[in-house]
Amino acid sequence: MSGKVTEHIDRRTTWMGQWWRHALLMPLSFLTLYPVLWVVKMAVTPSSAFELSANPIPTTLSAENFTALLSQGLFWRQLWNSILVSGATTVVGIVLSCTAAYAFSRFDFPGRKAGMNALLVTQMFPGVIMAIPLYILMDVAGLLNSLTGLTLCYATTAIPFCVWMLKGYFDTIPRELEEAAVLDGASRWMVFTRIILPLSKPAIAVTALFSFMTAWNEFILAATFMSKETAFTLPVALQAFVGDRSTDWGLFAAGAVIVSVPVMALFFALQKQLVEGLTAGSVKG
Amino acid sequence: MRHLLILILLLFGCSPAPGTGPEVVTLWHAYRGAERDAIDGIVADFNASHALQIEALAVPSKAYRSRLMSAIPRGNGPDLFINAHEVVGEWSNSHLLQPALFPTDAGPDAFSAASIDALRFGDRLWGVPLAVKSAALYYNKAVAPQPPTTMEQLLEYADGGLVLAYENGEFYHHGSLLHGFGGHPLTDDGRPALATPEAAASMAYARKLAADGAVPGECDGAMVATLFNQGEVPFVFNGPWFLGEIKEGIDFGVATLPSVDGRPLRPFLTVEALYRAANSEASDAAVQAVAEALAGEAGAVRRATQGRQALAHKAARQHPDVAGDPILAAFSAQADDAVPMPNRPEMGVLWEPANRALRSVLRGAMSPDEALLRAQREAESFLRPPPEPANPTPFLALLGFLSLVGAGSLVQRSRGQNVVARVRGNLDAYAYLAPAFLGMVTVVFIPFVVGACVSLFAHKDGDFTFVGLSNFWRILTSDGYGVTDPMSFWFTLVVTVAWTMVNVVLHASLGLGLALLLRDPWMKLKGFYRVLLIVPWAVPNYITALIWRGMFNEQFGAINGVLGVFGVEPIAWFSRFATSFAANVATNTWLGFPFMMVVTLGALSAIPRDLEEAAAVDGAGAWTRFRHITLPLLKPALMPAIILGSVWTFNMFNIIYLVSAGEPDGGTEILISEAYKWAFTRQAQYGYASAYAVLVFGILVLYTALTKRVTGGDVA
Repeated sequence: MSGKVTEHIDRRTTWMGQWWRHALLMPLSFLTLYPVLWVVKMAVTPSSAFELSANPIPTTLSAENFTALLSQGLFWRQLWNSILVSGATTVVGIVLSCTAAYAFSRFDFPGRKAGMNALLVTQMFPGVIMAIPLYILMDVAGLLNSLTGLTLCYATTAIPFCVWMLKGYFDTIPRELEEAAVLDGASRWMVFTRIILPLSKPAIAVTALFSFMTAWNEFILAATFMSKETAFTLPVALQAFVGDRSTDWGLFAAGAVIVSVPVMALFFALQKQLVEGLTAGSVKG
Repeated sequence: MRHLLILILLLFGCSPAPGTGPEVVTLWHAYRGAERDAIDGIVADFNASHALQIEALAVPSKAYRSRLMSAIPRGNGPDLFINAHEVVGEWSNSHLLQPALFPTDAGPDAFSAASIDALRFGDRLWGVPLAVKSAALYYNKAVAPQPPTTMEQLLEYADGGLVLAYENGEFYHHGSLLHGFGGHPLTDDGRPALATPEAAASMAYARKLAADGAVPGECDGAMVATLFNQGEVPFVFNGPWFLGEIKEGIDFGVATLPSVDGRPLRPFLTVEALYRAANSEASDAAVQAVAEALAGEAGAVRRATQGRQALAHKAARQHPDVAGDPILAAFSAQADDAVPMPNRPEMGVLWEPANRALRSVLRGAMSPDEALLRAQREAESFLRPPPEPANPTPFLALLGFLSLVGAGSLVQRSRGQNVVARVRGNLDAYAYLAPAFLGMVTVVFIPFVVGACVSLFAHKDGDFTFVGLSNFWRILTSDGYGVTDPMSFWFTLVVTVAWTMVNVVLHASLGLGLALLLRDPWMKLKGFYRVLLIVPWAVPNYITALIWRGMFNEQFGAINGVLGVFGVEPIAWFSRFATSFAANVATNTWLGFPFMMVVTLGALSAIPRDLEEAAAVDGAGAWTRFRHITLPLLKPALMPAIILGSVWTFNMFNIIYLVSAGEPDGGTEILISEAYKWAFTRQAQYGYASAYAVLVFGILVLYTALTKRVTGGDVA
């Protein structure tokens, strides 16, 4: 038996045994990267030298767009706003989602099923009709023009998916642990913060990533709610390069590259957690 | 009583007393680049020399109109704003504007006649003109030292190849030809005038240019620039915004458009003007001072020299710094001979049908007469009168009755289940839930319910009238269209369902396939592939979707480039339903598979390996193992992801909007993008749009309930 397993491993570790996988994955990865390469190409090509073609490899290399972007007076301020809003959204999103997911996972209360269904249902709300009522609501609540209002909107938008995922993960944590702790006199809150949360790191990491991305990429609400350019977030500044009849592609792409880098870095850093965190419902089956 | 009043005022966001200190006037605009620099410069100089202060805000053009439309009625708008003149009719009807207040030393006479005409609606002037914009002729001096004055001369440069590029699929750019052939988009009393012999002749001419190969068949802005910069075409019809796209080193000039059969081509004229918003409390003196700074001679000269705007101010045009610029002079001359875009509200609904007709004619799918007749019908159907007002009393009674029944059944159901005791025993749970619940209710549920209620109303000019279920009735009976017409709800529904199914199947199978490939724990480069394959998820989709649209470009796109290697003729992707649909699907698949891949990877890692190993030892083949062991074990994890994925795809507005934009003929539109069009491009029929959205919601609820029942899967 053991001989068979080693042979098995040997066959798999060699490149030859896996050539077909690479033969499939290489072109697929290229295909996946192609549009992204184009964004990079536009970013490093001065706008007036930009030409359509099928070649995604930059023919000229210039930092012109990047320097123009970074030297804009408000760039750093708007970057800071983005970091602030996304950071706050991440924190608020985690707190709201974890507590709610815990309730759904560990209590059998009247309204539980309806609540979970309601979360799913929110994903079906067409945003088209909600924009104007939301604006009026924010106005009445005095939250227009404030990063708090934006944070609140973003964090709640991210809740349904995060709760869905976290609840699945919490379900996989054996209840025996908690029961033992309760016998030792721990309160609910202690069980939640000392046992459940530390055991759910991967799922929390994914929640964080999601809440962060929701806030980081959004621009319609930010452009509608904020009345000062010093309060705009980075995606709003980015959209300002898209005009009615023409677009400054170079600056737009350079901005997109800058906006994407932190998200890519997060994905890279969290890729293991991402896979584990999304395991969700698989085990509870 | 006083306190109550103040409280109410505070609640509704109006600050009761303005603070002391210098008066501040807010000014919104959507300029960027050099034009913005010029405005910023004028504002900075003004603020330095006046007690009165201007606070300027540049809003991205994509969010600009909706922002003005939501902010002004609530009293959150600016005092002044700059916008193109087309909105004057609709916005003055909807009480978003106050009549214009001209600077004391520059009355209406100081500005070009065309620009003043453009701003008149219902016997009043609604804005102070700043800049005039229209298309003109760009010519490459290396090929044509002197600009051609007739189309016949221009076409002589063709030599059987391409000679001219303009965005011929846009009715805005086609306007030059339309006017040249004597056509007009609207009749004098504001009815659509698309089905006219003049319009047909202009479209036939546009078609002939493309069919002869003098003009590319399908030409967007980026392609116009590429062709001109590569020297493939010596002539371009385009507006002043094209100046920034010309490659350095090309010696070019600008002249007025040539004539066809002795009649000059006359482009649409857009006048950018300064408006005074309704609800603005700025004093007349302050408004006049700001208007003087921006629209007066000194401001105008600065906008021309720094922002390179063609001016509406007549005296400023003669200023030596301005008059010496041959390009500005050409644009000014063209503007004086351009046709102001009608500012009537009816014009807003014309673009979509007219573009559609134009593109059908250009690709030879329809004769101009046929296409224009259809466009005329469509435009008229967008302009149909709202449904009759209905009496809300029966609805309120029904609502009351239903809520009674609902409450009754809830009480009935909870009886005997000890609900009170269970609630008491789970108070903790509600405490944990409360923060998220509160947030969801305020930010998501309330706006949704309010938005959904709008479906019972008809919106016109800022006023809502209760019409009962008429909107739903019109949609479901596809009132005004045949059931198989792309405009009909049922046609769009079929497309939406097909769109969702194809996407979800592709997402799931691609995600599953890749996850299986990447599953092997000893595989080389596993992490590398995994990161690469997640990339589409990380880059904002509003830019990658635009890249995909470029990849499907007929002449320069990568897709046709690759197909060309295999000997396939270039495909015009957006001119047929099947290929256009496929382009949308390809883009969305690219965006969506990483999520499914990661979910599947997670689920796979939780499946014990030994089950499969055991089956392998027992002699089960790879397919059998997958079919009978792996797949059933994956199902509980994949089902919720698939349901969620289909809900997301069903409402995936961005991709349709940015990639195919509904082409051809609105056929690839999905329900949610139709709803968007009704709300924003077809006379702001919010009620009708909301009814669409409510139907979308209903369909999704039904679908999920059904899927849960069939699969027994518990999404929760």
